[in-house]
Amino acid sequence: MKNALIGIGIAILLAACASKDPVKDTKVEDRTPASTTSTTSTPATGSTQTTPVTSTQITGNPLKDPNNILSKRVVYFDYDRDVVKPEFAALVQAHASYLAQNRNRKVRLEGHADERGSREYNMALGQRRAVAVSKATTVLGVGGERIETISFGEDKPKASGHDEASWAQNRRVEIVYDGE
Amino acid sequence: MNTRIKLFRNIAAFVLWGAGMLLSATATHAQLTIDVTTSSGRTVPIAIAPFAQEANAPQNITPLIAANLANSGMFRIVNTVGISNLPTEPSQVNFVDWSGRGTEALVIGGINPLPDGRYDVSFRLFDVAKQNQLAATSYTVGASQLRATAHRISDEIYEKLIGEKGVFSTRIAYVLKRGPRYELQVADADGFNPQAVLSSLEPIGSPKWSPDGNRLAYVSFESRKSTVIVQNLVTSERKVVASFRGDNTAPSWSPDGSRLAISLSKDGVSQIYVIPSSGGEAIRLMQSSAIDSGATFTPDGKDIIFFSDRSGGPQLYRVPAAGGDAKRLTFEGNYNTTPRLSPDGKFVAFVNREGGRLRIASMELATGQRSILTDGPLDDSPSFSPNGRTILYEDKSGGRGKLGVVSADGRFKQKLSSQAGDVREPAWGPFGSSSAR
Repeated sequence: MKNALIGIGIAILLAACASKDPVKDTKVEDRTPASTTSTTSTPATGSTQTTPVTSTQITGNPLKDPNNILSKRVVYFDYDRDVVKPEFAALVQAHASYLAQNRNRKVRLEGHADERGSREYNMALGQRRAVAVSKATTVLGVGGERIETISFGEDKPKASGHDEASWAQNRRVEIVYDGE
Repeated sequence: MNTRIKLFRNIAAFVLWGAGMLLSATATHAQLTIDVTTSSGRTVPIAIAPFAQEANAPQNITPLIAANLANSGMFRIVNTVGISNLPTEPSQVNFVDWSGRGTEALVIGGINPLPDGRYDVSFRLFDVAKQNQLAATSYTVGASQLRATAHRISDEIYEKLIGEKGVFSTRIAYVLKRGPRYELQVADADGFNPQAVLSSLEPIGSPKWSPDGNRLAYVSFESRKSTVIVQNLVTSERKVVASFRGDNTAPSWSPDGSRLAISLSKDGVSQIYVIPSSGGEAIRLMQSSAIDSGATFTPDGKDIIFFSDRSGGPQLYRVPAAGGDAKRLTFEGNYNTTPRLSPDGKFVAFVNREGGRLRIASMELATGQRSILTDGPLDDSPSFSPNGRTILYEDKSGGRGKLGVVSADGRFKQKLSSQAGDVREPAWGPFGSSSAR
């Protein structure tokens, strides 16, 4: 049942990507038509949805494959909030699924905050954002011992500007696998 | 006489736009310089006559004393340019003349070279209205100690006239970010003599002085995550004292230096624990499902003040250091974090956010009376001077961190910056942590 949900999540995200960004979708078709097809067919096949992940693994590292949702590693947050927004549910579920199927892999969830808070609160806020992503992952059956949540507070901004566009990029959790 | 006039031009420049000498020394790298000074409180007018034989000494002392006193926000330096026959001996002092120049205090002295290469530095401080001597001290020091001697004389003058200890001989620690590199620096309280005690490509933060001034606790990300490290400044020995799973942040020393309160996330979100300052078992102080962090011990060691967002936005609380029920302290505003206590434990400085502006605030614990001390928009990391008179903080606006100093009553403000980079997270060291050797 859980796995089925993950599959649906992936399908929804891919569909969203396709409708938003036709250029990207074309690229997907060009490069790895086989894997794209098998992934999109997942919800229909239901219980065999583990197949696409395994098959992409054979062709390359799914975590690095730009066509694979697993290559997406950043969850963004609203100002002062630690709620994982619905648009990131599929991404988080895909990583949870990957971890569920690759029991030797460990992951670090690295939380960050924008500069508009005190350093001390931002450190704790980044941590709580990482915990929020972790919870969404462990709910899907991944053991907590393989997930470490840490925070860099406001010390490692992704964008160096001092406007909402930059702040939005800095309020985030990065998903980093062991050995990366 | 020419050299004297030059000397006093220097002092005048310092008083007028607060940079003067410090700027001339910025060629030495990473120096902090004072950019702006504003003051609206009452200041004590004081005249400082150039010391006898000062022009021949390797280090001028009176400009340093003048800078120290002016930069404290408590004094106004009375211009002595153009006055002939400035006194260097008590018998030469004409109190009526000095009173007529509007000064309340007068400093005279001399720097006499000794046959062994050292110097005999002596000074006298007079109350001009009462026509009496308030202090007379002499020091025998090597050339390398002349600067420290100027700070000691400044401390003595400050204490005699203000009635509390001066902080001119203390040190500060702060983090300097230059390019990709983070440096933990220790400098004299006037920003001179900066020394990097740690350099890293990963962030360094939250430096805190041990009560004896010999050690710094800080957070280092050198292992790609936060750990708490205690570094002995005398021996340079470093020890990782907290490297638990998750985050290890926000260290604060107990008043006896034996323990550290820290924030750990090993059991979920950030919670407060107490560990021996040499490392060891972490005892959890409270159980809350909210963020608890920013612990700071009260000076008697009995309580810990911290912030928590258990009631919504972060607010300050007090809890017994042995654990127990937490009592909420702040009720104004919905974002109050990073509490730091004054040395006498009567006031708490903290970071307040209202309307998106981060500002340094202070609250008297007995009355709950709050004052907003700075204008923001991104002021952070307050740290009291050891005499409790001023608060050093970080102004992180514009992406280039500067340090600010604000008096505890908010009347006096100063900004310090470094040519070398972004200065952040200052911590003012205790009395007795002087680098004077």
